[in-house]
Amino acid sequence: MQARLIHCAAAFLPGIPMSSSTLYDKVWDAHVVGQRADGQTMIYIDRHLLHEVTSPQAFEGLKLAGRQPWRIAANLATPDHNVPTDNRAAGIDGITDLIAREQVVTLDNNCREYGITQFDILDPRQGIVHVIGPEQGATLPGMTIVCGDSHTSTHGAFAALAQGIGTSDVEHVLATQCLVQSKAGNFSVEVDGHLPDGLSAKDLVLAIIGRIGTAGATGHTIEYRGSAIRALTMEGRMTLCNMSIEAGARAGMVAVDDTTLEYLRDRPFAPVGENWQAAEQYWRTLVSDDAATFDQELRIDAGSLVPQITWGTSPEMVIGVDAATPDPAAAPDAQAADGIQRALDYMGLGASQPIQGVGLDRIFIGSCTNSRIEDLRAAAAIVKGHKVAGNIKQALVVPGSGLVKAQAEREGLADIFLAAGFEWRSAGCSMCLAMNPDRLQPEERCASTSNRNFEGRQGHGGRTHLVGPAMAAAAAVAGHFVDVREVA
Amino acid sequence: MNPFSTVTGQVVPLDRANVDTDQIIPKQFLKSIRRTGFGDNLFDGWRFLDEGEIGRTPNERRLNHEFVLNDPRYQDAQILLARENFGCGSSREHAVWALLEYGIRVVIAPSFADIFFSNCFKNGLLPIVLEEEIIEELFQIAQRNAAIDLVVDLPAQTVTLPDHRSVPFTIDANRKHSLVNGLDDIGLTLAESDQIERFEEAYKQTMPWLFEQPAETDQKGPNS
Repeated sequence: MQARLIHCAAAFLPGIPMSSSTLYDKVWDAHVVGQRADGQTMIYIDRHLLHEVTSPQAFEGLKLAGRQPWRIAANLATPDHNVPTDNRAAGIDGITDLIAREQVVTLDNNCREYGITQFDILDPRQGIVHVIGPEQGATLPGMTIVCGDSHTSTHGAFAALAQGIGTSDVEHVLATQCLVQSKAGNFSVEVDGHLPDGLSAKDLVLAIIGRIGTAGATGHTIEYRGSAIRALTMEGRMTLCNMSIEAGARAGMVAVDDTTLEYLRDRPFAPVGENWQAAEQYWRTLVSDDAATFDQELRIDAGSLVPQITWGTSPEMVIGVDAATPDPAAAPDAQAADGIQRALDYMGLGASQPIQGVGLDRIFIGSCTNSRIEDLRAAAAIVKGHKVAGNIKQALVVPGSGLVKAQAEREGLADIFLAAGFEWRSAGCSMCLAMNPDRLQPEERCASTSNRNFEGRQGHGGRTHLVGPAMAAAAAVAGHFVDVREVA
Repeated sequence: MNPFSTVTGQVVPLDRANVDTDQIIPKQFLKSIRRTGFGDNLFDGWRFLDEGEIGRTPNERRLNHEFVLNDPRYQDAQILLARENFGCGSSREHAVWALLEYGIRVVIAPSFADIFFSNCFKNGLLPIVLEEEIIEELFQIAQRNAAIDLVVDLPAQTVTLPDHRSVPFTIDANRKHSLVNGLDDIGLTLAESDQIERFEEAYKQTMPWLFEQPAETDQKGPNS
């Protein structure tokens, strides 16, 4: 085909003022390799993260076509979805599910064959791919980052353009270091005011999804802006950007500031010396210009928010802790009423039922949304000196990486969880999607710090309520949902 | 990828919004390292009453007769009709592989989630966006009379209804070209290798820190 390409490399040079560009525009423009005649663009990819589930078919395709990876050093791999969270000293032999084991072994083999850096199952740096990228400084501002996982949006917290891709695109990026796509629209979510005590970035992002819906930002890249975003730590920003995909946006971003730079300094993959200085000078430009315009805008007052809990089977089915489930009879049309009724039935809840007091079976603290050290600290602060309620069958804490786990143990958090009756596990995706042995049984109800409450997500017939870490911890102690503001 | 031109086929109406990829193909089937073997487990949690596992065939499972794909009237469906935001959630391309292997060639909905939409084109599954009013009409037609066929003509970019009305749809020109000709996306991009190399050279000059990996991170972890 005659895909006409126009060379655009000169258009992005740092220092050339583009006074009305958004952050997304700037990062996009810096990576344009060529423009195809119909508007599709080839963009260069700086960092490619790989895990065991969505990469094997891509490597196989590469081999069948006799192709080589374009730039080995751009790739970083770790197994996370399938790995068991106990008995980790056994390494791969500890994976009792033979099909899952084959997948992890296949990642090992592919990384070895091509010389791709992998933090394997025994490496202390192994963890959820979206936790280890930032932790290692392998996620840097201004980068384009892809991974065969929709929660790649997490890395946008660093002013990176980070997107989830399918397996065909994993193969495409391995082979060409490029992604071919159309540019998305710009969506500004501006959050001002102060998040009340007891609330976290999780409550904020759930409230945003509740406001705009799961398709609210489809076809757009969200930029989170405003004083409440500036006040968030990097870990809070990661939680926020992580769930952009749950609002339909393939990517969410936050501009660079001192918080970003302080987080990255001295991380293993971060630049040093003159390279750091040159990088910092460029990174400081990664903010939307004052005159930038957005295709869509949403404003939220952080001070008006209350802790959030999902009641249904889509992240947009969310309410404040002081509210009740909706009544299908009050829905605007028959189709909406049908959707609410189906979700209530699946969740085993009634119409107009207050969410506080809903009893729970399991607690899951973990996932790429909420498994970092600050999440564990927030949960431990609530749990300290208490016991998990008698009706809770299992309360799991699954740190996001081996390094998070080690740090939490040094800080005494693990002892707090263990003393309260929580199980303290090793890093992985675990019960967020239940590909490994950690899962719900049919009709079991879980307070989960993960990102999706889809039917069966945490186990066949399981009922998931998404909450922040402090709310999950408070629910573990009470045995049912409570308002963390009244506990803390 | 097989070239895609026209599909004349039966429509199965899946009357739900926000159908996520966890429903299209549940996670327990993602452990496979192959691209095939997913069709039997398409919509597994909705098609079957018992929990599915890799290796269990449909004839040893308990069917959910309430679910539209199990309705005997729609057993030849090649076109899936759905409500808004089809394919939201996980990026798993297995969802597209499962639909194709089951026999679905076209999905018609008022809107799609971005990653799923993009994944369709890499595999020869055609996602078509139509106006809500037409979708509503198609639901009524398909629910009333399962025996009707639609004609999806990709070169002409039309969907022809049983009453011979022709509804146009839009599609990106490059994507259409690739589908109609069954082209290899990677081959197309590699034909522009010089362009990528030139970009990379200029880029290395302006952003050298992206190309200098610290030495110790080139190695495997201490326990490896």
